[in-house]
Amino acid sequence: MQFETEIVFQIITLYIKSGIETCLLSLVSHCEVIFFCQNRKGNMAEKPKLHYFYGRGRMETVRWLLSAVGVEFEEQFIQSKADLEKLKKDGLLLFQQVPMVEIDGMKLVQSRAILNYIAAKYNLYGKDIKQRALIDVYSEGAWDLGEMIMQLPWKYIDPEEREKETIVILEKATGRYFPVFEKVLKDHGQDFLVGNQLSRADIQLLETILATEELKEGVLSKFPLLKAFKTKISNISNIKKFLQPGSPRKPPLDEKMLAEAINIFY
Amino acid sequence: MNPTMAGKPRLYYFNGRGRMESIRWLLAAAGVEFEEVFLETRQQYEKLLNDGFLLFQQVPMVEIDGMRLVETRAILSYIAAKHNLYGRDIKERAIIDMYVEGTIDLMAIIRVHFKLSPKEKEENLKLIIERATKRYFPVYEKVLKDHGQHFLLGTQFTWADVQLIEAILMTEEKEPDILSEFPSLQAFKARICEIPTIKKFLQPGSQRKPPPDEKLLQTANRVFNRK
Repeated sequence: MQFETEIVFQIITLYIKSGIETCLLSLVSHCEVIFFCQNRKGNMAEKPKLHYFYGRGRMETVRWLLSAVGVEFEEQFIQSKADLEKLKKDGLLLFQQVPMVEIDGMKLVQSRAILNYIAAKYNLYGKDIKQRALIDVYSEGAWDLGEMIMQLPWKYIDPEEREKETIVILEKATGRYFPVFEKVLKDHGQDFLVGNQLSRADIQLLETILATEELKEGVLSKFPLLKAFKTKISNISNIKKFLQPGSPRKPPLDEKMLAEAINIFY
Repeated sequence: MNPTMAGKPRLYYFNGRGRMESIRWLLAAAGVEFEEVFLETRQQYEKLLNDGFLLFQQVPMVEIDGMRLVETRAILSYIAAKHNLYGRDIKERAIIDMYVEGTIDLMAIIRVHFKLSPKEKEENLKLIIERATKRYFPVYEKVLKDHGQHFLLGTQFTWADVQLIEAILMTEEKEPDILSEFPSLQAFKARICEIPTIKKFLQPGSQRKPPPDEKLLQTANRVFNRK
């Protein structure tokens, strides 16, 4: 019988389905009961497992955050439509989409849900709700720019169109986003964007800076503080490690990877 | 000049739903009174830009608790956390986030509908119905059916419930029978609409905005200098 995995992330009251191989009952706050279910392969202290195709896409920021806090993870790469269909058929994808991350007994989907959880769990989210709000504002800004860059090869197949759009994106980078972060750093004179400590906003900004530089070198030429920021954050040991060859960091999408991904998803 | 610490939240947006509507819903559900500044002219927008009010040159923007917040999700998350609508721990927050993101994805398809050509509208309507009935509503139906409780997270009313009721009503405007195969969602809708703050928001004269129309599109184009 199919193991229904939705329950591992639903809060439910005593509800047992047959076919579960072993179950741990854990009493958690307010007498609600959460089932943590194990399969034969592992135990609760398993590494997070990332389900995605072999590319950056919407999973890359997850890889960045986990790596920055030194959390090792596994990756299961979707290499064919059949792989994706199996994940769907097995009920592992809440909205039939990836990214999906198996973490702490949950099967999390939706990039922001995944990133929010990791940030909160590993202390990358500031110390109170106002700092969190500010971190969210900056992270969303970095995400918006990063998303534009990430979608370039998907949305603009024609090289001329892609060239035009690249210019638009670079203008937004240097006219809308980078000036904001440069000013933030200038105004408080600290190393990190919020609260004088590393947060997801710093990591996401670094990720986006590097992605923008891949479009055009020297894009930071008018932003001295961002240049210094880039160096400082890149030198944090876990991040330095992530930036080296052999890490889980994925390369930019080339034509071959794009063709494979289109086959899987369309 | 910083926004006043005391005082009601102040919303800066068009006089229309767009990306601000979910914020209106959440504040209303939490029983928080708010003010609105409506963008009508290009000059207004340029003044906001020149005064440095819009961090990334975009709206929505909400003045709240001494901050000028932009980015819809940052605003919603802050309000949810402040008003105890974001669960009791990080795992509940993760579940709420997943459910919320599903409703955001569905509403994004509906939000653009009014801007499309008649032919595109036909295709988009099919997509709305397909996504609602095959991808999103079955998930929420199952969640409610499986635990048999009142709210998505069980006995606790959260931000996820507010997003879901907004998404249901928005989808019903496009296809009135959309919940015909989802009895738990029908019951959910009836229950949530009876919550006093939400009932009030659903009555005429509230700050809830009507579905978008041509006039809203023209205003947005004018303000953003779009053709």
